[in-house]
Amino acid sequence: MNDLIEFFTINKEMIFIVILMIFVGVEVIGKVPAVLHTPLMSGANAIHGVVVVGAILLMLNTQPDNYLALGLGTVAVFLGTLNVVGGFVVTDRMLEMFKKKK
Amino acid sequence: MHLDIQHIIYLLSSVTFILGLKMLSNAKTAKNGNSLAAVGMIAAMITAIVFQEGAVSSLVYGLIFAAIALGTVVGWLTAKRVQMTKMPELVSLFNGMGGACAALIGLVEFHHYVGDSMSISVILAGMVIGSVSFTGSMIAWAKLNGKIKNAIRFPKYNILNTIILIGLFVYAAWMVWTGTGSEMHLYVLFAAALGYGILFVLPIGGADMPVVISLLNSFTGLAAAFGGFLYGNQVMLTGGILVGSAGTLLTLVMCKAMNRPLFNVIFGAFGAGTTAASEAGPQGNVKEVGPSDLAVQLNYSKKVIIVPGYGLAVAQAQHVIKELETILEERGVEVSYAIHPVAGRMPGHMNVLLAESNVEYDKLKEMDDINPEFAQTDVVLVVGANDVVNPAAKTDPSSPIYGMPILDVENAKACIVNKRSMKPGYAGIENELFFRDKTQMLFGDAKKVLSELVAELKALD
Repeated sequence: MNDLIEFFTINKEMIFIVILMIFVGVEVIGKVPAVLHTPLMSGANAIHGVVVVGAILLMLNTQPDNYLALGLGTVAVFLGTLNVVGGFVVTDRMLEMFKKKK
Repeated sequence: MHLDIQHIIYLLSSVTFILGLKMLSNAKTAKNGNSLAAVGMIAAMITAIVFQEGAVSSLVYGLIFAAIALGTVVGWLTAKRVQMTKMPELVSLFNGMGGACAALIGLVEFHHYVGDSMSISVILAGMVIGSVSFTGSMIAWAKLNGKIKNAIRFPKYNILNTIILIGLFVYAAWMVWTGTGSEMHLYVLFAAALGYGILFVLPIGGADMPVVISLLNSFTGLAAAFGGFLYGNQVMLTGGILVGSAGTLLTLVMCKAMNRPLFNVIFGAFGAGTTAASEAGPQGNVKEVGPSDLAVQLNYSKKVIIVPGYGLAVAQAQHVIKELETILEERGVEVSYAIHPVAGRMPGHMNVLLAESNVEYDKLKEMDDINPEFAQTDVVLVVGANDVVNPAAKTDPSSPIYGMPILDVENAKACIVNKRSMKPGYAGIENELFFRDKTQMLFGDAKKVLSELVAELKALD
């Protein structure tokens, strides 16, 4: 119990962010037309690619002689970048199709 | 001072994610919203590298830049080259990459935090969710791709999966509790999570894949958020939670559009256990029609509605269908498209495909708007769609798709169904529509027969 209270005290800003973002996420999606489900999912897919920032931080804090960690970290940065770049580009292509109609 | 700027940029990035997502839910602003979020992402990545404190060896920088460069090139080229029909599986693939990234972070960071039970909990949670999202997305990708054809179910798979899930949770909790630093336990947990991802998606039918991808999408968001918690990095936290929350809601919205509760998607057997029913399904004679007869029929119609389905997408017939529309409009025939919410493989997929071939946005009608119009329609042309026009969804309570809203094509004066063969659709069930009196079948590859149809129409002039 004390651990939990301590955890909350130390991380209270983070916990605030979590709670607020949950509501923001729900609000933002609100009334989306079915037509846009796929681009929206794809766009959200690109945004969670922000995990690549974690992979970068991991690399920056790894000792240069820890080859296993460096190897895995490099793969993580690569995969995360793939998620970000691929995600945004494919979403852009989908939306390009919608725009052409005019 | 350095750190302040870093936090300001992270804050701005978070705002671009929120605004970007908001703009993505409106057709007019969607494209800019996507670009805005992309800019925020680039800013966050650069900030993470530039504002690092302490000395970092050039080897590390080199590896980071090489990985980013390679990821950018591969991601860019894949996304640019993919055919629009293959898009849903690509989204799944990219989602899996993000999950794998989160899993790897957990795998490496575990050693650095042994003894700190809170951090270890966060690391293990991120790793497990990331791994499940990774293998789950890969299976979803393979299913949409046709590499895995059917839903594979082990006996009692629901119980089995639930036990594994509880097992994962207990095992991870035990690792936190004992404060073990053992690599063996870490790898066992990692492998079990990967295995669970496979078992989780394997039994789910292909028709439900969009919902699954959306769900896994929010999983990856959650995994990213755990990473943010670990590093005390706000932009990862906001981005991750935002996607986790929005993704969950989107999943539920999709379920609603398909009239399938999420519980049924995950635990229900779609298209299974009803094989007996489908074998005893509707039988009878089908009427066939050729392109030349159909051309005449269409030429003298007043109102035609086209119902596009995944078959159209597979055959790449979206451009021919536009050609058909143009010709018919020139002859004074009113043409519109009826888009079922789950036409194609994903909600909105069909709209994207038709927009690609310059079909006007206004001609794409959503199900609720067009259903009353079928009664005044001379000819309905169903191209490569099946389950979304199956009357069994309304009339047969034993049907696995019972309750799913469908397009009421049976109300039209005539109904032409283009299919390659009489094989059942994605849900694996027979369609009695094909045996109705008003229905005529136009067999063949959509692109090929529609081209013939267009040629016949031109010849009629």
